[in-house]
Amino acid sequence: MSAVLEIEGLRKTYRSRRRGVRHALDGFDMRVEAGQVHGFLGPNGSGKTTTLRTLLGLIRPNGGRMVILGHEVPHALPAVAGQVGAIVESPQFFPHFTARDTLSLLAGAGQLPGRRVDEVLELVGLRDRAGERVKTYSLGMKQRLAVASALLKNPKLLILDEPANGLDPGGIREMRTLMRDLSAAGMTVVLSSHILGEIQLICDSVTIISLGRRVAYGPVEQVLAEHSQSSVRIRLEAVTDLPQAADVLTRAGVRVAAEPDHLMLAGVDKPAAVSRLLAEHGLYVSELAPVAVDLESVFLELTATAPVPGQHRQVDQSTKVGEPGSGGTGGGWGA
Amino acid sequence: MSLYVTELRRLAKRRLTRLLLVLLVLGLAGIATAFAFSSHKLSPAVVAEAQAKSDADYQRAVKDWERSVAECDAAAARGEKTEERYGPDCGRQWQPQPEMFDPKWNLPYQFDFRGEFGIFIAVFAGAVALFAFLVGASFVGAEWSTGGMMNLLLWRPKRLAVLGTKLAAVLTALLGVSVVLGALWTLAFWLIGTYRGSTAKVTSGVWQSTAISGVRALALVLVVGAVAFALASLGRHTAMALGAAVGVGVISEIGIRLAVTMAGVRFGERYVLSTYALAWFEKQWKLIDYRSCDFVQGQCNPKEMLVTWQDSALVLGLGSALVLVVAFWTMRRRDIS
Repeated sequence: MSAVLEIEGLRKTYRSRRRGVRHALDGFDMRVEAGQVHGFLGPNGSGKTTTLRTLLGLIRPNGGRMVILGHEVPHALPAVAGQVGAIVESPQFFPHFTARDTLSLLAGAGQLPGRRVDEVLELVGLRDRAGERVKTYSLGMKQRLAVASALLKNPKLLILDEPANGLDPGGIREMRTLMRDLSAAGMTVVLSSHILGEIQLICDSVTIISLGRRVAYGPVEQVLAEHSQSSVRIRLEAVTDLPQAADVLTRAGVRVAAEPDHLMLAGVDKPAAVSRLLAEHGLYVSELAPVAVDLESVFLELTATAPVPGQHRQVDQSTKVGEPGSGGTGGGWGA
Repeated sequence: MSLYVTELRRLAKRRLTRLLLVLLVLGLAGIATAFAFSSHKLSPAVVAEAQAKSDADYQRAVKDWERSVAECDAAAARGEKTEERYGPDCGRQWQPQPEMFDPKWNLPYQFDFRGEFGIFIAVFAGAVALFAFLVGASFVGAEWSTGGMMNLLLWRPKRLAVLGTKLAAVLTALLGVSVVLGALWTLAFWLIGTYRGSTAKVTSGVWQSTAISGVRALALVLVVGAVAFALASLGRHTAMALGAAVGVGVISEIGIRLAVTMAGVRFGERYVLSTYALAWFEKQWKLIDYRSCDFVQGQCNPKEMLVTWQDSALVLGLGSALVLVVAFWTMRRRDIS
């Protein structure tokens, strides 16, 4: 399968006399295959928006290589811009223009026919409100307008940064269907979002970024499988036997996390062996269940951003790959 | 549709552009209307009325003088001292003369197109330059602050071409507005001159001079618009241009003026920006150094320095070009976030 988007070793460094040096992107890699819906995930401040802005020529990189539709960017961006639709961060439009004016002016700038404006307004559900000023729109309606502006070119590559932000549940579902339809029609979609349940539902593949570096990538199922770590939940007939069972399993080399009424085991290849081992010590299992992981738990584990009771995680506290003690490395200015 | 046409459409659709244009037209129309009412055609009847009033004033003054002389003579006959009150020889030498009562003083104001329209070109240029400043600055400033520029660059990722096209669009619009309103302004004052004033001695040479002044006014409007555009683009906000204008105004007109006065710099006004604006309009502006006078020796011929419109073109042109170059260079180099 051919790649629509390739990023290799992308670096962006911000230097400040007062706050030192910050590596927003630190050798970031990404690859998106044609026709896929690709999820682009990362905690706040991890470099997602910087990546997208750099890709779209809004920010100059300090190093690395970016290719869109076979053209190296930003050098060839003017040649491919007509095939790339994008919204970056929150939608921003001139508040006193109507949605139709806004899209009409963009269509004019892109030398597109005027009828395309009506098509995308219909597509995002703004047809009946197209004559109203943008300043009267809700966040969700502005988001729809932003998606409409990105779709205006009928692009081959659609880049959407938090497209579901501000949408109502119905709107989120419509957006999901739209993404699927666009993908089915051959459009490649890169979707940056924090709604991981949506990403898991919509996306074929994902890239997870943390502190400017890629920490995981590939098809969603593959990423989930690689990081499920064979978790198993067990309950015993007698809750009072849990400490003894934990001791037996730990001595057998199993990683055990004790909960009030059950144990969570990690790194278990054969669940049946656990049952047998405990029975040999007179401990009888009432429930033994493999635990399925979801994208959210994988994300939290990979980026080390799971909330910890009593602690207040700072924005730049997440995993940095390739460094010792990667579970919660402090980043930020001066890192 | 080209980006240039799109930008012209965008400018025309902007609420502030429309509002400022309406205010500009109303303001100029108000000035012309008020002026039309204050000017009066000097018909033979009006001139005769002024002459009659002047004659009457003269006759009244002669009678007052004769009465004063008679009173003085009577007082002298009574042996009173009169010189202190009536002057020597009872003030006979102060007899009113007819030329002291010029009928012109009793005439109402009449607008003279030939002699006065130049001032109104300057008034027009000032008003349109203010319009140009606000439109030029807000056109690009609002684009930056609302995220419109970023959106546009996603469609046309050629930064210099986008900024250049926007500048070309705003300058074209300013040129169009200036030419149309300038023509209407000239027509309005020509009509005022024709029906409520004078258009005498308006030769082809006068029209030529008026046209040259108009071109200078137009150039000033375009330069102001371009500089405001560049400043707002540099600061990525309309307020940046407004702030810079206030800053330059305060530094140049107050700060430098005070500094050169305190330091005793000769012809210190040559460092003040408004000197060049005045020279641009007046063709030349004379700076006078009164401290070079030696009043002890009588008549003073102070040293003079002439600032020509060519000097103004150089200073204003170089300054504007510098601001524009920096704005375009910044557009090319800076990240957009």
